[in-house]
Parts: sequence; structure tokens; C-alpha cells
Amino acid sequence: MPSNNLYLAVVVLPLIGFFVSALFGKNLSKKVVGLIASSVIIIPFFIILKAFIGLLNGGEMIHFYLFKWFAVGHYSVNFGIQIDQLSVLMVMLITGVGSLIHLYSISYMHDDENYSNYFSYLNLFVFFMLVLVMSDNYLGMYIGWEGVALTSYLLIGFWFKNHEYNDAAKKAFVMNRVGDLGFLVGMFFVFYYTGSLEFTKVNAALGMGAMVPPLAFIASAAMFLGATGKSAQIPLFTWLPDAMAGPTPVSALIHAATMVTAGIYLIFRSNALFSLAPDTLNIIAIIGIATALYAALVGLAQNDIKKVLAYSTVSQLGLMFLAVGVGAYTTALFHVLTHGFFKALLFLGSGSVIHAMGGNQDIREMGGLKKYMPITYATFLIGSLAISGIPPFSGFFSKDEILAMAFQQNIVLWVLGVAVSMMTAFYMFRLLFLTFSGEFRGSSQEKSHLHESPLLMTVPLIVLAVLSAIAGLLGLPAVFHAPHFLNNFLSPIVVHSGEGHPHLNASTEYMLMAIATVSGIISIGLAYTKYVSKKSIPSVDTLYTGLSKWANRKFYIDEIYDFLFVRPVKWVSDFLFRVVDKLLVDGIVELSGKVSILTGNVIRSLQTGQTSFYILAMVLSICFIIGYYLIGI
Amino acid sequence: MDIEILNGVSVQQYLWLTVILFSIGVLGVLSRKNAIIIFMSVELMLNSVNLLLVVFSKMHADTLGQVFVFFSMSVAAAEVAVGLAILVMMYRNTKSINIDILSKIKE
Amino acid sequence: MELSELIFYILAFIGIVAALVTVTANNPIYSILGLIVCFFTISAHFVLMNAQFLAMVNIIVYAGAIIVLFLFVVMMMNLNDLPRSNTHIIWKISGAIGAGALMLLLVASLKVSGNLVQSPTKGDIGLIHSLGHALMNEFLVPFIMTSILLNSAMIGAVLLSKREKQLQK
Repeated sequence: MPSNNLYLAVVVLPLIGFFVSALFGKNLSKKVVGLIASSVIIIPFFIILKAFIGLLNGGEMIHFYLFKWFAVGHYSVNFGIQIDQLSVLMVMLITGVGSLIHLYSISYMHDDENYSNYFSYLNLFVFFMLVLVMSDNYLGMYIGWEGVALTSYLLIGFWFKNHEYNDAAKKAFVMNRVGDLGFLVGMFFVFYYTGSLEFTKVNAALGMGAMVPPLAFIASAAMFLGATGKSAQIPLFTWLPDAMAGPTPVSALIHAATMVTAGIYLIFRSNALFSLAPDTLNIIAIIGIATALYAALVGLAQNDIKKVLAYSTVSQLGLMFLAVGVGAYTTALFHVLTHGFFKALLFLGSGSVIHAMGGNQDIREMGGLKKYMPITYATFLIGSLAISGIPPFSGFFSKDEILAMAFQQNIVLWVLGVAVSMMTAFYMFRLLFLTFSGEFRGSSQEKSHLHESPLLMTVPLIVLAVLSAIAGLLGLPAVFHAPHFLNNFLSPIVVHSGEGHPHLNASTEYMLMAIATVSGIISIGLAYTKYVSKKSIPSVDTLYTGLSKWANRKFYIDEIYDFLFVRPVKWVSDFLFRVVDKLLVDGIVELSGKVSILTGNVIRSLQTGQTSFYILAMVLSICFIIGYYLIGI
Repeated sequence: MDIEILNGVSVQQYLWLTVILFSIGVLGVLSRKNAIIIFMSVELMLNSVNLLLVVFSKMHADTLGQVFVFFSMSVAAAEVAVGLAILVMMYRNTKSINIDILSKIKE
Repeated sequence: MELSELIFYILAFIGIVAALVTVTANNPIYSILGLIVCFFTISAHFVLMNAQFLAMVNIIVYAGAIIVLFLFVVMMMNLNDLPRSNTHIIWKISGAIGAGALMLLLVASLKVSGNLVQSPTKGDIGLIHSLGHALMNEFLVPFIMTSILLNSAMIGAVLLSKREKQLQK
């Protein structure tokens, strides 16, 4: 079918872009590379828009097989593409934000020597991400899952000359591996009990009761472990802040908007399974809110512009998991979308700032950038308002929905959620004020260099700012009596859609909204008085005391992990190295070598080089041969 | 056992003769260092074997053995030509035909 | 004792003595002379066995060509007055032992191989007539190959000695 080929192009185009940039990138001019790399993302966006409109008008989901991959026993694994309501939204997010970020990168990376490599990696990432969300079975999804881990590794360590960056890349890779194991185990369970890996068949089998709840608990918990690895939740979250070593557009695309939401996508995709296991959902909710709280606390005391945003990402992802945990899958996806817009916006804005600052990322040395970068400031402000949950920006709607869902489930979750959102508002505006208000605190050399970013960077900012402002329209609260677009659109995907809408009465819901908004505004006010009116500036890292010291040091989680996991592994490997490898393995290997050297030395002395000796040896050997036959006779 | 190929001379006697000649050749090859003499000893060994071939040819009343001797002679002629050329070269280079000189190849 | 047996013993004695002279003589010229004598006795043996063609060829090729070549080399290079290389006694002893051992074994193998069967003797197999027939019919290809071998040996010998001159220039 031609339309199938069209949708196939969505996946294949970025791959072609990857090959072009990787193979010929060095020979093409930077402009051409950037143009090709961007266009292979933009074209799929418009193709998928067609599918989206089709689905919007009540069309069937698009599902077709490409080819049979392999067959085991009676089961064969096919490469298939499935474009349904869920994946179409994800693909639009990926290609939409992705193409903006590609355009942005053309300008941001224009001085880099590995420019074409950068774009090839970025295209490869988009390809794997599309495979992840468009595959019709878990195995194809797993390929994408691993592929994005690989490209994430490549891009975090993109400036590979810096040793710390390489370490950060390795950390991200290893932590993702731990999570992947969980995903794999979950996949084994699903396949063993349902006999298939295709989503439609799995869901059908689960509907017929293929898995009893205890099994579903194990399988879903294992999958959730996978999701924590990819989406940076407790306990596997420490890689994400370190992943900020990569170029800023990469952080925006991979570590804020798309890849880290893969965990949410996985759970949403498997919601039939997760709904069978309420215990897992509870765990998810608890871990989600704990991550959100922890990351928000740490975010309060960070002074690196990207680190703040990174912890904010972890915190927002925690909120998404909270939503999943209370069974509000569509709400979680709603927040994925809005978060994708405003977090990409914030990261790109920070990239613009870093660009102007010549690579300096410390907010204590910024300030007063409002004058120099009005567009960046305005868009950043919109992003901050959105993430802080101030109406009418998009973050307000998605976050409010999460909080309302949490309120319905458990009031404690709601209280903690409001606390997180207050802290979010505080640290975001702390960041905003420190960066853009007051006087410039950096060196005079940096000051002379300050400038607004070029058009190619500001246009994506503006587009994203507009999206951040209006994306809330996708899911208006029930009290406004408008149709909840996302809930309706996604209802075919959610198997147990009974708990779709908040069933709160209008006054309660208004009250919740008011509390959330007011608390956000109070936080902003606090941040304003502290950082604008009093003009206080965070002190150097060593002077922190009490709780803020703990927060600044990230509650020593890295150190604890180091103590609990890294050192024992080091001890064991040291032991293995010293005893098993050095003594045993090397011993055997060296023994064989020494034996050959010894025998060689002995035999070498026979090689006198004297022809007479050789002839004598020959004659004697002939004697032996003849003698042997004589005795044999 | 005592098969006479001539009047009063048996194969056995010829075998003794060739074995003795061959062993003398071997002795020469082993105990001398002069390359020319070693070479001549090799020729002696070849000739004793030729003699043996003719004896057996006579014994079996078959021409084949003698044809083989003919070929072996031509091979020997070729070998001597090349071998002596090598010896001449060796002498020119080292001013010696002691075969222990060849141990220098080892280094 | 038949006449032929007597002739055989005389020839064998001369041949063995000449061979001993060949391997023991200090002066290479004596060695060569011993070798010539030895080859002549072997040719005589051929004649005794009515292998006249081979007897002729033996004299022509060995005594006529090969030995003369040896003699040429020795005389032209003045190898005969070379200081005698003092071969170590150990080499002589070990050479004697090796040769003796080989001879013992050969004799032993002669002793154990008993089944020698005499065919009805035809007197004319060694004549040039029958050998020529064999060479020109069954062994035509090897015969021609022999010519190629000799030709290449000649070229090889020329090349080996000529390249040296070029190097010295």
C-alpha cells in the first residue's frame, strides 16, 4: 500500500539522514548537512500529521508488517509498525520538537569540528526513538530502547576529549543497562504467559486472564524497573543530571523532551498489564512522588543552569509517574506533551544563554541578561510560568490534572505534590531572576561578548513558547465543561478507562486549582523578594550549611551509590584481577609461553649451523628409520 | 639365495660391493670438511646406487632399471654443474671451501 | 673359481681401494684420480653384466664430463694447495660411526630380505638397441624432459657464476 510506504518513510528517513551525515558529512558543507539532517525530521512530522488527522476523524489505527524477522518454534517475530492514538502523539512530539531542535542545533553547533557527527547521531537518535514508539511489539520497542541508550551515550560523550564527560556517558549507559534488564525480564514474563509480544495480542490475552495478579505484579514491577532506568527515577536517576555534559540541544531533545519519557510510554503501552497489578501502581506512585520531592529539593540548591533544569526534569518525570501510579495514564501523557514543550523551551533557552556566556553555566556569574537577550528572556519566562503551573499556561492544566488525580487517590500524595510544585516554582524563578535580572556579575570580557542569539536559535524558542502557552487546550479540566480532547482521543488505548476523568465536584476542583495557583504565585513571590529585592546571590559551594548543604550535594546519593555498589564491585574486580587473573589465568598463559621458550632454548642449541652436524643427524635418522623397519619385520 | 647373474658371481656379492662403496661415500660426506671432496663422495654414493640398479635390472631381465640409471646420470650431471657453480661462488666470496663457513648463514 | 668371479673380485678390490683414496686423500687431485679409477671399475662391472650402453655413458658422463669438471674447478681455483682444514677428530669418529652404523643396517637389511627371484636371463637388455627402443618409445617424454633439465642446469650454472662478476664490478 502506498500509504504504508509513506508511514514507513517516517522511520526510514532519519536513518537515511544518519547515513548521509555519517558517510558524506565530512565532504559536505555544514549548511547542507544541517539542512539534510533537519529535513529528514521535518518531513516525517508532516507525514505523521496526516495520520493524526486521519485518527482524529475516527480512522482506524494503522498497522502493517514490514517483514518477518526470525521464527522460534511456532512463534515468529515480525517487524511491524503500529500507528495508533498513543504513538501518533509521541511521534508528533518527537518529530515536532526534534525538528525545532535540529534547526536550533544548526546555529548552536556551527563552530564544532564534529558537526556532521553530531547531526548523524541526532538523526540516529530520532530513528531509534521512532522505532521505539512505532513498533507494534515489545521486541521492536526494545531495539529502539537500546538504540536510544546508545545514541544517548554517544551524545553525552560528544565532547569526548573531556574525561568527565566520558565518565558521565558511561554512567548513563551502565545505569540504563540495569534498567534494561528489568524491561527484558518483564518481556520474558509477558511472552511466556501470553505467547506473544505484539501489543494487540498481548492485550487481548491479558483481557482473557492470561496472567494472574501475582505474576502480573512481578512482570509489571520488572518493566517498571526498566522505566526507572530510562526515565531517571529512584533508584536509577543519578545519570540524568550528569548527562548534562552533552551539548545543550541534546539535553533538550533526549534528556528532557523525548527519551526520558520512554518509561511513561512503556507503562502506558502496557497499561493492560499494569492495571492488573495495583501493588505495582502503588509502588510507582510512591517512587514517583519521592523522586519528584527529592529532585525538587536538590534543584533548590544547584547553581549550574543546566543542573537545575536537569533536576527539574527528574522532578517532573516523578510527577508523571505519580500520575501513572494513580492510574491516570492519559494525564501522564498530557504532562509528557506539555513538559516536552516547556522543558525543551527551557533547555534551548539555557543553551542560548550559555551560547552568549561563551560556555559558562554558573548562574552566580550571570544576571541582568534581560537587557541583552530580550527574546530569550521572554520565552524563558513563558517556560518558567508554564512549568510553575501558572494559568493559563500549559503546565497548569497538566499538573493540575495530576494533582486532582492524586487528591482523589490519597490526600498525602496531593500535599506532597503541591509541595513539589511550590518548590518547582521557587527554583525556576530563582534561576530566572538570577540569570536575567539585576546586574551582570560575570567578567567584563564575558560582558562585552553578550548578545542575542541568531534567528535560527530564537525562532524555535518562540515556536516552543507559543506551544507551551497553549498546549493546555489539549486537556481542559472537566469543570470548564469543554471536551477533554486527550482523554477522548486516547480512550481506545487505555484498557480500563473507568478512572479517566476526575470525579470531583466542581467546588473541590476549583479549590484545588486555586491552592495550586496561589502556592505557585507565593513561591514566585518568595523568589522575587530573595533574589530581586534583596539581591542575594548563592554563596560558593563550600559555604552551604544545614539542609541546603545536603541539597547542594544532592543528599550524597552519588557517594552512597559509590559506597554501596561501585566500591564492592571494585573490590571484587580487584580481587579477581589480582588472584584469578594475575595468578591463575596469567600463570597458565605464561607457563605455556615459558615452556615453549625453554624447549626452544634446548632445541636451539641443536641448530649449530654446521652442515656436517646436520648431515650426521640425517644419516643417523635414516639409520633409525631403517632400523625401525628392520625390527618391525 | 645365491642367484648367479654372471658365471660364478651372485647378486649377493654385488650387493656387498655396493653397500661398501655407498658406506665409503657416507664416510666421506661425514668426516670431510672440504666441500669438493664431500661433493665427490656424493657422486660415489650415486654411482654405487647406479651399479645396484643395473644389477637388479640384470636380475629381473628388465630394461627399466637401466633406463632409470640413464636418467639418474643426467640428473647427476645437472646437479654437478649447478653444485660446482655454487662452490665456485662460495670460494670467490669466502676464499674457502670449508663447509663450516656455511654456518655463517645462521647469523 | 670362474674367470668372471675372479675379474669381479679384482675389480671390486680396486674400486674399494680407489673409493677409500677418494675420501681420505689430503690433496683433492688425488681424490679425483681415485674417483676416476673407481668409476672406471664400475663401468667395467657394467660391461661384465653386458650393459654396454651404460658402461659407455658412465665413462663419457662421469669420467669424461663430471670428473673433468671437478678437475677444472680444483685446478683453476688452485684448491690443491689450500691449507688442509684441520677437521676435528670428533667429526672423524662420528662420521665413521655414522657410516658404520648405516653399513651395518644395510647389510642387516640385505640379510633379512631373502626373496630374490631370478628371471630367465636375456642377454641383450643392456645393449644400445633395446635401451634405445625403451627410451624412444615408453620414455620419450622423460627423455625430452631430461634435455630441458640439462639445459636449465647449464643456464643456472652460467647465471650463478656470471652474476658474481657483475657484483664485483
